[in-house]
Amino acid sequence: MSTLDINNIGEFLAHAHALEAEAASQYADLAEQMEVHNNTEVAELFHKLAEIEGKHIGKIDDKAGDTPIPHIPPWEYKWEGGQSPEAVVDMDAHYMMTPHHALRMSLKAEERAADFFQRIADNTTDEEVRSLSAEMAEEERDHIKWLNEWLKKYPEPENGWDEDMDPPMLQE
Amino acid sequence: MTAETALAPKHSPRDYKSDIKPVWCPGCGDYSVLGSITKAFSELNLDPENVAVISGIGCSSRIPAYTDCYGFHGVHGRSLPLAAGLKVARPDMTVLVASGDGDGFSIGGNHFMHACRRNVDLTYVVMDNRVYGMTKGQASPTTEPDWDNALTPGGSGISPFRPLVIALAAGANFIARGFSGDQNGTAKLLKEAIEHPGFSFVQILSPCVTFRPDQKTWKDDVHDAAVDPTDEIGRAARRLMTDDGFNTGVLYKGEREAFQPPIGEATATVADLEGKFAL
Repeated sequence: MSTLDINNIGEFLAHAHALEAEAASQYADLAEQMEVHNNTEVAELFHKLAEIEGKHIGKIDDKAGDTPIPHIPPWEYKWEGGQSPEAVVDMDAHYMMTPHHALRMSLKAEERAADFFQRIADNTTDEEVRSLSAEMAEEERDHIKWLNEWLKKYPEPENGWDEDMDPPMLQE
Repeated sequence: MTAETALAPKHSPRDYKSDIKPVWCPGCGDYSVLGSITKAFSELNLDPENVAVISGIGCSSRIPAYTDCYGFHGVHGRSLPLAAGLKVARPDMTVLVASGDGDGFSIGGNHFMHACRRNVDLTYVVMDNRVYGMTKGQASPTTEPDWDNALTPGGSGISPFRPLVIALAAGANFIARGFSGDQNGTAKLLKEAIEHPGFSFVQILSPCVTFRPDQKTWKDDVHDAAVDPTDEIGRAARRLMTDDGFNTGVLYKGEREAFQPPIGEATATVADLEGKFAL
């Protein structure tokens, strides 16, 4: 895994803000997708996750205070592989997915986010960035614990969860 | 100060999205392409009233409904002439054309070649999933000959259409390939395509999770183009002829002047034109 050097508080805040904003937007989009396909239980869950990420954006803005957050074009963030670490892999979405699958998607995203912030904390030369990034990594680890707890309520469904007796798209 | 103020674009990507919820299958690559388009518009600081998204028919052609700017969901395969007409009449507008591999290369294949030749300043985005998704999974012009499925048992046996080579031969001024799994990288490609004068063609590999679940491996197959963009057509031809179909990035940037006829005085009012079409 490559090193990740962010040594400026503005740049750090821009990354943290974008990471949460992308996650919030993506959960909102996934919620809409599930609503369209009448998967109301998972839609509600994605709405909830979007709301939680929205609160995180507010927290970052509070931490920023008067510090200017520079605008960075989406392709110039220092994300591994070009995409925000907290972005879920939306190719894994399925119209019949269960809360278990949604929480698993979210868990992987939170793990990547925790790792991202920890790597910044481990590599930065800026004390303010180190402190804030370590704090953010800790917060993400709290979310991981919370998601793991939540997952206990939604065990993995048996094989065949995606079998549809009357699929909307079928080759005839 | 927040991210919304310091040096940020006037409009966020979300501002270019309409309130209509997409009806694509969850997991479809087109969701991500929509995100790339809105990010590119935002980074270009385009006012929505100066942008038009034109399409034909197919899953990808639903995009005008999902964007909040001018839009026209046109006739199957006919998005390019519609867009070219708009652009020559309103050269001040940014015109983006959205299509798929069936709409763009089969039904609209002839228009594709001539749009490349005319070199009107358009950006043509083709979301290529190598299948007709909306009509339930028939082989399309870019489908692999050995794709075995219920409708073409054993595969079609037909060599796939090579859109990038055709675009170069027909005169496109900018040729690139992106991947829906790289939303931010594709947004950058689209920004560059829109900024480049003349006809810009961007093929975006956009998996169909319903009829081509095998395309989930594309995330491991795509790779950055090994060499920088070229403006030398012979080099570009060699490169595109030996292309493995998964090179991403800008592959050709030409220097042809965009076609833009002079705009004369109006000879009829809109009401006159409407009168001619009245039944």
